[in-house]
Amino acid sequence: MKVNGADRPAPADPRRLLSDHLRHDLGLTGTHVGCEHGVCGCCTVLLDGAPVRSCLMLAVQAEGHHITTIEGLAAKGSPLHPVQQAFHETHGLQCGFCTPGFVMSVVGLLARNPNPTAEEIDEGISGNLCRCTGYASIRRAVQRAAELSRQ
Amino acid sequence: MTTRWFGERVHRVEDDRLLRGQGRFTDDIDEGALESYIVRSPHAHARIRSIDVTAARAVPGVAAVYTAADLPFGQTDLPILIPHPNLTHGRTQRCLASEVVRYAGEAVAFVVAESRAIAEDAAELVEVDYEPLPVVITPEVAARAEHLVHDDVPGNVAAEMKQEVGDVDAALAAAPHHQRLHFRYERAAAAPMEARAVWARWSTAEHKLTVYDSTQSPTSIRGGLAVLFGLPEASVEVIAPDVGGGFGPKIMLFYPDELLVPYAAMTLGRPVKWTEDRQEHFTAVNQERAQVHEVEVGFDGDGKVLALSDDFIHDGGAYTPYGIILPIITAGQLPGPYRVPNLRVRFRDVYTNATPTSPYRGAGRPHACFVMERTLDAIAAELGLERAEVRRRNLIQPDEFPYDVGLAWQDGNSVVYDSGDYPALLEKALHSLGPRPTGDHVGMGLAMYVEGTGVGPYEGAHVQVLVSGRVVAATGIPSQGQAHATVWAQIVADELGVDVADVEVTSGDTRRFAWGVGTFASRGAVTAGNAMGVAARMVAEKAKQVAADHLEADPADLELAGGQVRVKGSPQRGMPLGAVAVLSNPVRYAFGGGTEAATQFTARARTGPPLREGEQPGLEATGYYSPPGSTWAAGCHAAWVRVDPRSFRLEILKYVVVHDCGRVINPMVVEGQIEGGVAQGIGGAFYERLAYDAEGQLRNASFMEFLMPYATEIPPIQIEHIETPSPLNPLGIKGVGEAGVIPVGAVIASAVEEAFGVQITEMPLSPLKLFELAAQSTSASTSTSTR
Repeated sequence: MKVNGADRPAPADPRRLLSDHLRHDLGLTGTHVGCEHGVCGCCTVLLDGAPVRSCLMLAVQAEGHHITTIEGLAAKGSPLHPVQQAFHETHGLQCGFCTPGFVMSVVGLLARNPNPTAEEIDEGISGNLCRCTGYASIRRAVQRAAELSRQ
Repeated sequence: MTTRWFGERVHRVEDDRLLRGQGRFTDDIDEGALESYIVRSPHAHARIRSIDVTAARAVPGVAAVYTAADLPFGQTDLPILIPHPNLTHGRTQRCLASEVVRYAGEAVAFVVAESRAIAEDAAELVEVDYEPLPVVITPEVAARAEHLVHDDVPGNVAAEMKQEVGDVDAALAAAPHHQRLHFRYERAAAAPMEARAVWARWSTAEHKLTVYDSTQSPTSIRGGLAVLFGLPEASVEVIAPDVGGGFGPKIMLFYPDELLVPYAAMTLGRPVKWTEDRQEHFTAVNQERAQVHEVEVGFDGDGKVLALSDDFIHDGGAYTPYGIILPIITAGQLPGPYRVPNLRVRFRDVYTNATPTSPYRGAGRPHACFVMERTLDAIAAELGLERAEVRRRNLIQPDEFPYDVGLAWQDGNSVVYDSGDYPALLEKALHSLGPRPTGDHVGMGLAMYVEGTGVGPYEGAHVQVLVSGRVVAATGIPSQGQAHATVWAQIVADELGVDVADVEVTSGDTRRFAWGVGTFASRGAVTAGNAMGVAARMVAEKAKQVAADHLEADPADLELAGGQVRVKGSPQRGMPLGAVAVLSNPVRYAFGGGTEAATQFTARARTGPPLREGEQPGLEATGYYSPPGSTWAAGCHAAWVRVDPRSFRLEILKYVVVHDCGRVINPMVVEGQIEGGVAQGIGGAFYERLAYDAEGQLRNASFMEFLMPYATEIPPIQIEHIETPSPLNPLGIKGVGEAGVIPVGAVIASAVEEAFGVQITEMPLSPLKLFELAAQSTSASTSTSTR
């Protein structure tokens, strides 16, 4: 599988979850695990560009696919990705635990729909739980990300 | 000062790291750690006949399996964190149960292995023989005491407390109107997105224990581990790294893992980590909110409350490690922003076979607010008055502060409101709420609250200007997302006249600051924020003293601005703060960074020893702030709510918050706290419910069935501020962390009652609950009409 553009070896353990493989075998700890039953969305990554829950996949299922994690959006030292930048500008994160999952969901959402309506934004982030923000600032982040992506 | 940062919407300095996936949460730390799993009781109440770990120990890859018998502290009761004279029957659990388990989820054995998978596999082989005992669930059942949770606690009553202001019986007897009301709140869960985790390493060479813990109080954990293991505190360091939300339960200590993981690391000579999974978080982590209230209120024809008596039962859970803080807060906050001339509050804190309770955001306050606000609504209904008008007539007025309520408060003082303007909150909220939307089944919700914030005993801070001119600051309390690194940088930057980007704040790391209490009770900004201010002012004074000699000026004529110490009115006569830091430390050996300026043969501006008596090297200071009492924030929430008459779904058409937390350090952060609090309140009012069955099993211990709101359930929140500065602290601030959540249950209840015409006396509601209430109400009216 390719992870953030680089070839990565397959996991040794066939029962390894993709989320655990990313975090504990590849050291990509930006992908978080909040429930391990596919509800909270903290572990969201892109599989061939589409958001998926990495806790509901075995790592071996990602063989032959492209995985993008939060670490793959902006290289070290380079400016934030527009979605990351938008979350910063709108105070779209507090504790930051759900944030990578939200950011990946929004990247996926805007790739499909660069100009989402308010309802489409709610729908687009309704697979992710946040316990800190109350979502208002995350909605603003999606709108701002859409603006920044158009620039 | 050139720029004032206090009050500005400064964007957060902690964001970049978190947004890039470079945050450091406890489970992110590995370093070759062994992994672990806790065997927990499946029974809510049972006697343990035997525990057999032979098979588990034999699994390849298992490093150790511990039961109580294997621990030197196995027979030690964990501490009662907050003793109280009224807590006559306080009971705590042991690290691992060996005789009786009293809630489903209580820890029984601890397995350490090369991997988590091996640990879980081995845990399944731990054989525990349980003899089930009768289960006591719900506060009402506990109070009946047909069965006991603890054999030696009669009536299941851990504590009883009664307070009275005025003469309630006489005032009730004389009051022209009366009502008796019954209210009920169920259990709720904080459910932070990061469950708990602990990582520990023992270094024999350094004789040092290092613990990473997703706790809200690393300083207390450090103190406790030092006591338990007989180590000097200097040999224990505890770090709360990035913590993925706390909301109260992470202030509880000690959870068994907080002792087991360090002990295993010390015993096995390897780092050990434990990460909680979501299912165990639901029962292993403290909960809150279940109370049952019986109220009698007497009032006059104008709707003025003359006397109020409240007798309530608090569901303490299986143990009382946190003392009776929760019911004390409920009692103390009961009257809220209203004058209640004759007031009696009695509570009993009872044991049940459910997870222990300790504060969850709001901590006793949402229930108090619900009881008082529902009572005022009942008065309005009886007298045919507007709900707002009844509140207007009972509010404490702005000229009555400080206002002594006469009840006990959680810090050992009594409840004394320091400042506020409650009528302004109400009028502003009503104005912002605007006219009633068109359509059927729409109701208005309205509730007001006070919030005792910023409790002591104290916090401290260390502030240092480096020779580079950059500033580092540290405090003991950790952050779980409250933007501490940003708002404290704002405070320090103002005092030192530097850019906020030049201040780097560390919090929750005992290596950097070892003293302090913790992050809870909306206290961080008040206590640690003021401590930052104190320390930074000490540094500023020292900078003036050091620079004065070199600038040949009186310290009183100097100011800190633009990163310089300079003469007021002559900004060209100044020196950079970094240069002052150099001069503050007379050195023999220049080590770079401009330190040659502080060596002995360079120009010395004054005679005498390089450090005068009483002077200390370094441009740094440690300061503390200890509040004389709580600061009392307040607010008013108002909403238009529609209930769908067929699906019983809730549609919040408009939600307005007017809030007063004194002087606001960073409005962006405060609004974020309020928006998040309101969302949690909405979840707790209509979606989230811990569904215990009669056997003490939590039937919905997953996010599939415990319904936390997504964005689709949370409306936009309109927020406005008023500022009545607190007279109690130099910065004039009050806390805000819990504010958003407190009145939401009362607001939703009030709105639903009007929208739907059914009386609401319980929290939480749900579509099913409304359906049942509507059905009861229909059948009641049908039976009335046929009579």
